[in-house]
Amino acid sequence: MDRTLLDFWVGLFVTLGIAALFALALKVSNSEGFSRGSTYTVTASFNNIGALKVRAPVKSAGVVVGRVSAIHFDNKTFEALVSMQLDSRYAFPKDTSASILTSGLLGEQYLALDPGGDSHNLVNGDTIKITQSAVVLENLISQFLYNKASDSGNQSNGGGAANVGVKP
Amino acid sequence: MKANNFFSRIGRFTLDSITRLGTATRFLSQVLMRSGTSWRRFQLVIREIYSSGVLSLIIIVASGLFVGMVLGLQGYQTLQTYGSAQSLGVLVALSLVRELGPVVAALLFASRAGSAITAEVGLMKTTEQLQAMEMMAVDPIARIVAPRFWGGVISMPLLAAIFSMTGIYGGYLIGVRLLGVDDGTFWSQMQSAVSFREDILNGVIKSAVFGFAVTVIALFEGYDAVPTAEGISRATTRTVVTSSLTILALDFILTAFMFRGA
Repeated sequence: MDRTLLDFWVGLFVTLGIAALFALALKVSNSEGFSRGSTYTVTASFNNIGALKVRAPVKSAGVVVGRVSAIHFDNKTFEALVSMQLDSRYAFPKDTSASILTSGLLGEQYLALDPGGDSHNLVNGDTIKITQSAVVLENLISQFLYNKASDSGNQSNGGGAANVGVKP
Repeated sequence: MKANNFFSRIGRFTLDSITRLGTATRFLSQVLMRSGTSWRRFQLVIREIYSSGVLSLIIIVASGLFVGMVLGLQGYQTLQTYGSAQSLGVLVALSLVRELGPVVAALLFASRAGSAITAEVGLMKTTEQLQAMEMMAVDPIARIVAPRFWGGVISMPLLAAIFSMTGIYGGYLIGVRLLGVDDGTFWSQMQSAVSFREDILNGVIKSAVFGFAVTVIALFEGYDAVPTAEGISRATTRTVVTSSLTILALDFILTAFMFRGA
């Protein structure tokens, strides 16, 4: 085969391959592997973290402001100790509260930050005092059933009330 | 006497396998040591990238498109049952980038390019072209084997990336254009779930390892073939069988190391 034609085809192939890699990097994946900006670490302790995972997003007002960096079990307080790395571009007041929420009904769990009104901001190594644990569906259902049972004990026609309650 | 025969068969089989593995390893180290020529005369490698990479392009693109479209259809059916058809993009992208892209591309590469390499080198040996080269003081490993090796190793990751990308496009065609998943959700869910370092880079590493394994097996089988017509046909079959099994076994090992924590 002619050498120039060969060079052309191989060049086209290599360009296509590298273009596919770039497309995978830019269009398909979140390219946070490249831009790791400066962060600061804040910890918070929870009674129950549910199914929160390392690398889960930390959101405030629905915007991702950081990632969960580590989860430990504190053997003194018997609570879960969650460390999160927040983007240095965002500052939060000292009395910010953290809660573990679920995106959608069955989606992944994330950490939500609700800013308070303090004039001082959280700095590296601080602890978030006000926390709200994850909602565990089983506890919720058992609480609901318990309430229903006590309700129907009070009323004469409890069946009707239960039907209204179960309606989605 | 019969038991004796049985045990000596097992013994011979074991010794033969180990000897063959050792020969293959020595062959590989020879190829790596005499690769200097292929970098100094890069035109030789370019020719091999053409025959193993460019000529495999059509089968890779066509299979990638179909695999992606099937993933789109099947994934949609299952996800629809749970009311989460909008994460179709995640399903298609993750399964292609992590597993199907490298593995299926490598299987196709083994049967398309690997068998061709074995047949070519085996025929050169049978027709005594390799000996003729040695007579002329041209090193056949440096001139014939090493450029094919590097051509395969360079082509394979590029082919896998093209396979994944066309597959994702196929899934997009079916999911968004045909079945009506929302365009924006398809891509944004995919982007938030696929990470560059953990998924895409590991996929590229996988395909590079597969390319290495397939090309070494194909070259060794060709170079080691019994110099008859039957020998070449056996060597070609062995290339496809051995490299397919190697790809799948290596894939398991690599996946166990890469995605254990995730």
